[in-house]
Amino acid sequence: MYVAVKGGERAIENAHRLLAHERRGDPDFPEVSLAQISEQLGLAVDRVMSEGSLYDRELAALAIKQARGDMIEAIFLVRAFRATLPRFGAAEPADTGKMRVARRISSTFKDIPGGQILGPTFDYTHRLLDPQLADGFFPEAPAISDALPGATPRVTDILGRDGLIEPSPQAEVDAPVGDLTREPLSFPADRDLRLQNLARADEGFLLAMGYSTQRGYGRNHPFAGEIRFGEVEVEFFAEDAGFAMPLGSIALTECQMVNQFKGSATEAPCFTRGYGLAFGQSERKAMSMALVDRALRARELGEEVLAPAQDEEFVMSHSDNVQATGFVEHLKLPHYVDFQSELGLLRKLRKEFVAAADPPPMREAAE
Amino acid sequence: MNAPAYNFAYLDEQTKRMIRRAILKAIAIPGYQVPFASREMPMPYGWGTGGVQVTASILGPEDVLKVIDQGSDDTTNAISIRKFFAKTAGVATTTSTADATVIQTRHRIPEATLHEGQVLVFQVPIPEPLRYLEPRETETRRMHALAEYGLMHVKLYEDIARFGHIATSYAYPVKVNARYVMDPSPTPKFDNPKMDNCAALQLFGAGREKRIYAIPPYTKVVSLDFEDHPFTRYRFDAPCALCGAEDAYLDEIVTDNDGSRMFVCSDTDYCEGRQAVGHRGRESAAPHKERPHG
Repeated sequence: MYVAVKGGERAIENAHRLLAHERRGDPDFPEVSLAQISEQLGLAVDRVMSEGSLYDRELAALAIKQARGDMIEAIFLVRAFRATLPRFGAAEPADTGKMRVARRISSTFKDIPGGQILGPTFDYTHRLLDPQLADGFFPEAPAISDALPGATPRVTDILGRDGLIEPSPQAEVDAPVGDLTREPLSFPADRDLRLQNLARADEGFLLAMGYSTQRGYGRNHPFAGEIRFGEVEVEFFAEDAGFAMPLGSIALTECQMVNQFKGSATEAPCFTRGYGLAFGQSERKAMSMALVDRALRARELGEEVLAPAQDEEFVMSHSDNVQATGFVEHLKLPHYVDFQSELGLLRKLRKEFVAAADPPPMREAAE
Repeated sequence: MNAPAYNFAYLDEQTKRMIRRAILKAIAIPGYQVPFASREMPMPYGWGTGGVQVTASILGPEDVLKVIDQGSDDTTNAISIRKFFAKTAGVATTTSTADATVIQTRHRIPEATLHEGQVLVFQVPIPEPLRYLEPRETETRRMHALAEYGLMHVKLYEDIARFGHIATSYAYPVKVNARYVMDPSPTPKFDNPKMDNCAALQLFGAGREKRIYAIPPYTKVVSLDFEDHPFTRYRFDAPCALCGAEDAYLDEIVTDNDGSRMFVCSDTDYCEGRQAVGHRGRESAAPHKERPHG
């Protein structure tokens, strides 16, 4: 008899009820709060804000809670909400040179004006599981020193003064900033769109792509010129007021890679740049982004495009984890009408194959 | 917290206007893939976001919406999308093909002939018919611009050389209005002839790939083939076990662990409509011979 192979409305409702139940877990344990997620799983919140393209710690924490800790699902929730928000305009370019740095390191110079500031980092920790953390632990108060007076110059600006590194490619001042969430992407894409795509891209994808350039697939000899993390003021030019108003400050991680030099008969050789920027403290993301940005500049710098990381169609079309997860997971949806069509064709081909075997093949004796 | 509030049919009016412009362009150039700034929707890419955006942009309060997946109104994804619009737009929904003004579909075209004034919205995963022959968008756009479709014919020819048949059973490429080669979305090729000279407007939305295309009413749609290997439809040659239909596309259902099978209409509305007026099938499927339908 024709059994109920097709899902019903009640089945969906029950599945979602069960999901909500599983999300809560054992009610004997206290429920996790958004503040706890935001405070104690801060790097998860940073990642969701970065790839979700929405700077809102509270909503990112809610998304992580709702997604049961599934980061891509959380990013998806934030993106879907972001898509419905009205757009007032573009902020003024954030000046990371004026960042209140919490961390700032350079691997190209032993010492730099403003100093090397390690800040809160996993670097140099020994990755030994710490049983102390398991049942409540009050850490020592952090060491404190006076903030450095004045701004901390960017290392690449220091190199740039001597012309040792190419000037940062500048957009035309009055040209509108591209936005691939408002205009469909077409290729070749300009660097503003490439950087936007990379900023939204899946951290794991960028990490693998960046890593591949280090292993010879589009090698570009990178040095971590500077990595900095801290708070930056965001300003918006208000037409009515006629001046830029501060909107508040956001935490950013910036990575400037210094890469292999170029030069020609008419141009003095100089280093080239790769750039990475992410919300919050997202160092792995910013570094990977800088490697891939540099790789994607191959066309612009007259390099041969041979490796996947240099291929903008390949990278930009597959970097978005919300798109990727949707399409991979859509294979869960029913495909039986197509499969039926394939079955029909395959049966027909097999029948013809057997009929064409003349004389009919002898069966081998069973072994 | 920034508590969310949503517009009629979810999308904001600016977005709808942008999508309507893309739809109008698509209607003006039948079969041409119009890029549009697809939004993130609250369902995953690959699950109908393109179709949902098209539907959201054309839906009015008076519309009556039907949503099918695999031909059926009661598959989980169809239910989920129908509920989405019932909730966000408050429109009337139906399972009746004849009563619907907008039908969103995944993988099928209803068996009942569509009429003027109806809009059929297809969910499209990969809008580019040339994609599996040429992965680069820059290349395929150039090929369309020059109507350079030789590669597709070579592929179909190679199928014949290898298998004796064109080995494409769904997403079978068509030529629209004697100009653009178009992917009909992964509908079984059984449905291709229904696209030709159809009285309803057919809209195709691909959310992840950010493309919209259209077949205006009464447009010529031809499935690609060769003179000596003409296009043929396929359906399993049996009557529906529930309603006895001889002309409808059938789902194959495995009914026990011994591999017994039965065949029933994939279009549930069509099947139920026939049963309601007294048509009966045999309820269980005997082994049947297959033969192609012209």
